[in-house]
Amino acid sequence: MAEVTTSAPPKQSFSFSDKKTRGQIYQVVTIALMVWFVWWIVDNTSTNMSDQNIKFGFEFLNTQAGFAIIQSLIDYTEESSYGHVFIVGLINTLVISFIGCILATILGFIVGVGRLSKNWIINKISTIYVETLRNIPLLLQIFFWYHAVLKPLPGPREIHSKGDELWLSLTNNGLLIPKPVAESGFGMVATTFLLGIVVTVILAKWSNKRQMATGQRFPVLWTSLGIIFGLPLVVYMMLGGPLSFEPGQMGAFRPANGLGLNIIPEFIALLVALVAYTAAFIAEIVRAGIQSVNYGQTEASHALGLRQGPTLRLIVIPQALRVIIPPLTSQYLNLTKNSSLATAIAYPDLVATFAGTVLNQTGKAVEIILMTMLVYLTISLLTSLFMNWYNNRVKLVER
Amino acid sequence: MKLHKFAAYSTAVLTAAAITTTQAATLDDVKAKGAVTCGVSQGLPGFSNPDADGNWTGLDVEFCQAMAAAVFGDASKAEFKPLSAKTRFTALTSGEIDVLPRNTTWTLSRDAQHGDFIGVNYYDGQGFMVRKDLGVASAKELAGAAVCTNTGTTTELNVADYFRSNGLEYTVVAFEKADEVVAAYDAGRCDVYTTDQSGIAAQRTKLADPAAHVILPEVISKEPLGPMVRHGDNQWADIASWSLNCMINAEEAGINSGNVDEMAASANPDIQRLLGASGDMGDLLGIPNDFCHQIVKQVGNYAESFDRNVGPDTPLGLERGLNALWKDGGILYAPPAR
Repeated sequence: MAEVTTSAPPKQSFSFSDKKTRGQIYQVVTIALMVWFVWWIVDNTSTNMSDQNIKFGFEFLNTQAGFAIIQSLIDYTEESSYGHVFIVGLINTLVISFIGCILATILGFIVGVGRLSKNWIINKISTIYVETLRNIPLLLQIFFWYHAVLKPLPGPREIHSKGDELWLSLTNNGLLIPKPVAESGFGMVATTFLLGIVVTVILAKWSNKRQMATGQRFPVLWTSLGIIFGLPLVVYMMLGGPLSFEPGQMGAFRPANGLGLNIIPEFIALLVALVAYTAAFIAEIVRAGIQSVNYGQTEASHALGLRQGPTLRLIVIPQALRVIIPPLTSQYLNLTKNSSLATAIAYPDLVATFAGTVLNQTGKAVEIILMTMLVYLTISLLTSLFMNWYNNRVKLVER
Repeated sequence: MKLHKFAAYSTAVLTAAAITTTQAATLDDVKAKGAVTCGVSQGLPGFSNPDADGNWTGLDVEFCQAMAAAVFGDASKAEFKPLSAKTRFTALTSGEIDVLPRNTTWTLSRDAQHGDFIGVNYYDGQGFMVRKDLGVASAKELAGAAVCTNTGTTTELNVADYFRSNGLEYTVVAFEKADEVVAAYDAGRCDVYTTDQSGIAAQRTKLADPAAHVILPEVISKEPLGPMVRHGDNQWADIASWSLNCMINAEEAGINSGNVDEMAASANPDIQRLLGASGDMGDLLGIPNDFCHQIVKQVGNYAESFDRNVGPDTPLGLERGLNALWKDGGILYAPPAR
């Protein structure tokens, strides 16, 4: 006969000396404080706004803007709405950020590799580049390119006369290049190009699989180039070149609007400054990434009979990317956010047009700043998301 | 116990922050800090511009000094905050400044959205300036030109309206700072510089070669420039309004900084009331009764201020024109002080 003794569960008592209870109380208090703080900010804003008879709302987005914008990739006139200004500004911000990120990456990789070069001149030039550009404030660099380099260029009237056809013109009015005009049939060329990319992706997968199975290699690179560029070229020739270039034309004061493709000096100055500045940081990230891969790996690779190219491509770079990608993401985010310095030189980005002119005309400070902040937050989060996805692909797979 | 300390501390923080900041009357705030804070331009000769010693001068600056004289009996108790065209209204509504005498055009939307205009201290109109060597005689010939202007101004909107309604192609390059607009125009980024005519006269003095530029005859808008105050403080708006009216009324009554002390003893009841020798005009506004006396004595009447800053003997060389008194052919007209 076994006697079952059940010990009574410890009495649940509420005591400050109990560590767990205390921890829970602290958490409740912290959350309460947070909630109260947010409520206080919102309440304060709405009280102050109603005190000054300011109504919260987004109806103003439908109001006619009435002002002109110097650069717009979509149709925009003075009769367009403030909502339209928002889109125009957003596109201008995205364009400069996107092009800026790509160019900064290319330049950054070149300079970063240059810093590791055994060639004394290339090495020193790269070092001087990095140390100079990353230590001068970005705003000053923007001013330098705009006021010191682009503005002193001759005016269009000084080198062209009225009615001139302009194929290439660099003046203080900007860079004018011919405008490509697609004629009927150009759609076919574009379709072939896109088709080529799809075929190449499939080909690469197939060739990889075949190499894994049989060890035989397929010249993917040359075939791909042929499919992506060669095929559209053949189609282009067969259709008789369905793409023409339309030159600009000099008007009474400067090149006429709408003829040719004019890149405004504000865009050039901002792009050059952003790229040059960010590339200096990216160069350092690339150098650190490559140096993080032990030289023993290269030696081991050589010992296995791999040549310099495959060693870099298959051994060093994949490992370096693991170190490079996360800080590179930060640089992309920085470049995007720094593009808001556009407002200093009249480039019509989101901050200059929407959070500037529109805010000034409507007085809807809270709504407009909220929208602008959300846009930058969204762009940054999407960039992060993409880069995190890419990082997950290249990071060390542990078995 | 630690916990008690924590509880006491958090309660203290909560109570301190929970004391909501009720908006005090601007006059009380101004008296408490001992100065009238005015938002002015970032440097517009004749209106608000720092001189070689860093002292602010100009028509708008003197209006601010008049308000300081009215409130404190001391014109030097005025402080100036330079603001861009874009940030001026935010600075006013947020309470960073008490009054905004910054060559701001009185328009319906601004009146409704940003604050109250308390009068007009300069009647202006928008014009164009171009290089002489362009050979342009009229704004109608400006098709295809690039125009430099300031963002967040009525100028930017007027120029869009003008070119659009006349069917003229144009490009606008809009800068945030007035100085950058002038610099860009001077460097040839644009063919046309546009702003209020007084502004063009002022900025032309800053160009490398002022004689190489010509102001076109077209005046494309009405630009009544006036000081603004925040919505919802009627007393402060009245003080601002009557500081300006005082200067205009003083000119009309022939009172100037030289003769104001004698005039205060005048037997004319209008003058006595205006200068606070009799009546309770200042008391009604909540400021010293002799506020107008102090304004005229320390700053001067409207004519003195005009001549000193923008008149024919200054680099701007502007005529009184619309800004003459109503009895001299202008439209300057202040309600009576009684």
